[in-house]
Amino acid sequence: MKLASGRTTRGDELGLKRALSGLMLPALVGAMAFLAALSLAGWEGSSSLARSWRDGARAALTVQVPRPNEAALGGNRLNVAVSLLSVAPGVASVHPLTEAEVAKLLRPWIGGDGGPVTIPLPAVIAVRLTGDDIDTEPLRRQLADAVPGIAMEDHGQWVRRLSDLAWSLQACSLLAVALVSAVAVAVIAVATRAGLMARREAIEILHGLGATDSFIAGRFARRATVLALAGGLVGTVLVLPVVSVLSGLIAPFTGTATTEATTVGSALATVPVSLWADMAALPAGAALIGFLTAQGTVRRWLRRLP
Amino acid sequence: MVRFESVGLRYGRTGGRDAAPEVLRNISFALPEGAFRWLLGPSGAGKTSLLRLMYLAALPTSGRLTLLGNDIGRTPRRALPRLRRRIGVVFQDFRLLPHLTAFENVALPLRLAGRPEAQVRADVTELLHWVGLAGKLSTLPDELSGGEQQRVAIARAVIARPNLLLADEPTGNLDAAQADRLMMLLNELNRLGTTVIVATHNESLVARYPNSELRLDRGRLVHEP
Ligand SMILES: Nc1ncnc2c1ncn2[C@@H]1O[C@H](COP(=O)(O)OP(=O)(O)OP(=O)(O)O)[C@@H](O)[C@H]1O
Ligand SMILES: [Mg+2]
Repeated sequence: MKLASGRTTRGDELGLKRALSGLMLPALVGAMAFLAALSLAGWEGSSSLARSWRDGARAALTVQVPRPNEAALGGNRLNVAVSLLSVAPGVASVHPLTEAEVAKLLRPWIGGDGGPVTIPLPAVIAVRLTGDDIDTEPLRRQLADAVPGIAMEDHGQWVRRLSDLAWSLQACSLLAVALVSAVAVAVIAVATRAGLMARREAIEILHGLGATDSFIAGRFARRATVLALAGGLVGTVLVLPVVSVLSGLIAPFTGTATTEATTVGSALATVPVSLWADMAALPAGAALIGFLTAQGTVRRWLRRLP
Repeated sequence: MVRFESVGLRYGRTGGRDAAPEVLRNISFALPEGAFRWLLGPSGAGKTSLLRLMYLAALPTSGRLTLLGNDIGRTPRRALPRLRRRIGVVFQDFRLLPHLTAFENVALPLRLAGRPEAQVRADVTELLHWVGLAGKLSTLPDELSGGEQQRVAIARAVIARPNLLLADEPTGNLDAAQADRLMMLLNELNRLGTTVIVATHNESLVARYPNSELRLDRGRLVHEP
């Protein structure tokens, strides 16, 4: 009795451990998971770039007032410009930078150790708009009339270009993920078909003994799920160092870290939570693709039997 | 139990001008529950094809077939597995699953029917003892002789106490003593209510166990009781 159960292959009536075996399927699925992780990292990177660019520059104006302390109609030039901006429609906030703030901005270019700057500087006013679709042209003309020599910089066009770029990067990432998934489906379908061919006789025997389609498809699906999951796990683990290096490189641009990541630990710390979630979902996604593809392939094949 | 009404069977194309030839033509007969029939006829007459219809490996291309109270033409495909589990088959070529042991091959019908594992163990062990394979429970089919494989196939066919038992040339690899033992088993099952149909060329076996005959010739039923 013990002997009979000792050599048991319960749950593997079709010998799928051998028919659907080897490293080929997991290796291919692993490569797909690797590529998908890179694409997802591209998606996360470009979306956080887009976010920080928008947050930083959208709906913002910078106004420079040369010779701020000279008189103009109704006060000194700076005050005139500030009060004009404060009441202009579409303006959310007006913040004249202090001399110290301006000096700090310029320090990389004019040096100094924080002491007073000796060359004459313009005043700089940071303006936030209520939205990013405000037409700033009338305001520019009004300012130029009241305070000649004033310069107004609108970041809108840059932001639009950058965010177009970010969106197209994201679209490419999605496309790549979709493509990689399609290839994974094809790879699993081909492997499943090979398994069907190798076990054709056994399947027909089992079918003749009264096994349902669900039973037979379930045996294949279970095997394909295990192999795809293994591949997904391996691919995800292997891609981790690459993704963390990329995240470390992109972090200074997105404001998630101000210094460059120098160790693996600090690089891992720059991987955003959403990318961790994506990568955790990869093996599960691979397993799901394995399960569904095998189910579909086997059930369609079984329809040829009465 | 089994009713054929003008049943025809073609392999391959069933219609059009290049339709495959009918290997069974206009077959009509009925078997009552508990019948025992020899299925006789020269090679190529269509015996295996007739059995294939009865174990639902092929569906009639014309006529009406009723099995175990089910009109097969009107039975949905998903209902056929349950019906197959009530039909036991001994194949000419055994059809054992090569990577399963003798025990597991015989256990398959019970496991597919969802029987409790304790019952599976007890029933399979007892039956394999009965067919003289007590020492071969965990042997793979490749490691068994032809006759031993055939006994495993027979055990698998009868383990779930089918309502209908079909055998295609079951004594092909058995010596006379083993063939007698098989006939005793088939008669015993038949006595307990199983309908049995045995296709064979073995005239001496037919002579020793006289029973009603279905005789086929070139796809037609030429004799029925
Ligand atoms: N799968 C198939 N496809 C096409 N033709 C087939 C198929 N199986 C059997 N035939 C044909 O059907 C006819 C009947 O074959 P069948 O196997 O039913 O005969 P049989 O009476 O069992 O013969 P035997 O005694 O040699 O086993 C033969 O002419 C055979 O060539
Ligand atoms: Mg035959």
